[in-house]
Amino acid sequence: MKPADFCEHPSKWFGGADSSCQVVISSRVRLARNIAGYEFLPCLSSERRRELLEKLRDVMLSIKLDEPVSFLDIDQTPDIERQLLAERHLISQQHVRGNGPRGAVIAAGESFTAMINEEDHLRMQVYGAGLKIEECWRRIDHIDDLVEQKIEYAFSARFGYLTACPTNLGTGIRVSVMLHLPALKMTGQIEKLLNTARDADLTVRGLFGEGTDAVGDFYQLSNQITLGKTEQQIVDSFAKEAAPRIVAYETAARQAMLENRPCALDDKVQRALGVLRNACLISSQEALFLLSQVRLGINLGRISNISIATVNELFMLTQPAHLQLRAGKTLDADQRDTLRAQVIRQKLANN
Amino acid sequence: MLCQICKERTATIHLTEINGGLRTETHLCQDCAQKEGFAVQAQIPLNELLSTLIAAGAKNAVESGKNDFAQSDKACPICGMTLQRFSKESLLGCPDDYTQFQAQLLPLIERSQNGACQHCGKVPSRLGEDEKDKLALAQLKRELEKAVRGEDYETAAKLRDRIQKLQ
Repeated sequence: MKPADFCEHPSKWFGGADSSCQVVISSRVRLARNIAGYEFLPCLSSERRRELLEKLRDVMLSIKLDEPVSFLDIDQTPDIERQLLAERHLISQQHVRGNGPRGAVIAAGESFTAMINEEDHLRMQVYGAGLKIEECWRRIDHIDDLVEQKIEYAFSARFGYLTACPTNLGTGIRVSVMLHLPALKMTGQIEKLLNTARDADLTVRGLFGEGTDAVGDFYQLSNQITLGKTEQQIVDSFAKEAAPRIVAYETAARQAMLENRPCALDDKVQRALGVLRNACLISSQEALFLLSQVRLGINLGRISNISIATVNELFMLTQPAHLQLRAGKTLDADQRDTLRAQVIRQKLANN
Repeated sequence: MLCQICKERTATIHLTEINGGLRTETHLCQDCAQKEGFAVQAQIPLNELLSTLIAAGAKNAVESGKNDFAQSDKACPICGMTLQRFSKESLLGCPDDYTQFQAQLLPLIERSQNGACQHCGKVPSRLGEDEKDKLALAQLKRELEKAVRGEDYETAAKLRDRIQKLQ
């Protein structure tokens, strides 16, 4: 597998076309693990990093998963391909920018990935389209069992799985959902998200995780507490309480917009579509912002001749690394904006 | 609704004050609220949270005369990590640091983990029977406390018997 092979299509987990994916686009469960007998990354020498990378690569490639996986030596991967992997949420920005021996194991369907030598020795994650936290947890739990048969994790009876940063200590679990909340944002009720998050000890972030803004009304909600609760408790409070509550808020805000100000809603949606269909230069931020409004319009039945699949595809393919790998060359910002506008015009005209 | 101060951006922060029976409402945008000192910080990045906690930890330690974090030139014999370096980078050097610096890390862990300081989730199957018993015991003791608090003495008695067996 080459990263460039991915750049023609959107990730499968990035929102299915059915209605259950309207608000919760995708779910993710991540486990942070470290290997006994090795220092954490800040104190691990380059030789030991290489040794650990090879060891973990062999373990990950030897376990029997439900789909084929391949290994990538991230240090040897060109920057543009690393960026592509980050745009697809397969590796983190930290892994893109890091240095020294590090790797990634990626399943063909992109729903499972493992980062080796990122902040912890091993970070494994499972993605699912829509609200599928329980399913994601079961799958990653099973994979974790298989890995654990082959290698010894750093674990203490008191603190659980030992992690480089104490904020991941214990279960090492990070559950998150990607939310599309345009109606809450438009009606000025985004505090409802922030309050729900605060009450349940959850963190709100932008589309690309820590330190990113909520561009295009996409938010990431994840648990903060990793110690003193079982994985199942963390999963349940998320899947059965916090996430459904936010979905209900967003759905109510959408209904209210439809009932009270359908004309204002249509105006926003159609203007967004108008710009996307006619622009000759468009930045990735603007594209994300406008596609978000078109997505809302389709979900509310205000636009009928464009499919959600097309919009999902555009979200993915208009990102900088995707554009450049498809074009087969490096493009400066102006050239990217031109090509992006062209891709969008073509895709939206076909519909 | 527009922000009352700049009258340009949408108000996203709404304050209700009740003073002497008089109710006043203020609607501000994020920028103006920040200038007025009302900013609601929706999310604190993990490393920022950690540095704040460490700084607070160091302050408390200084106050109680222990000064643990400040004169932390004690280094872990395995990885060489010091608390000073940890307080800058927020990352530890090896699994053993949790034992080496347990006394100093514990308050920090409790505060960043909502008071918790005992793991009760998944356990690796290769863990020794002794360790597994220890974990089971800790879990049972927590359940016992909960049962006693809830005055469920029947459950408490059963839990007590199981604890005695494990001990």
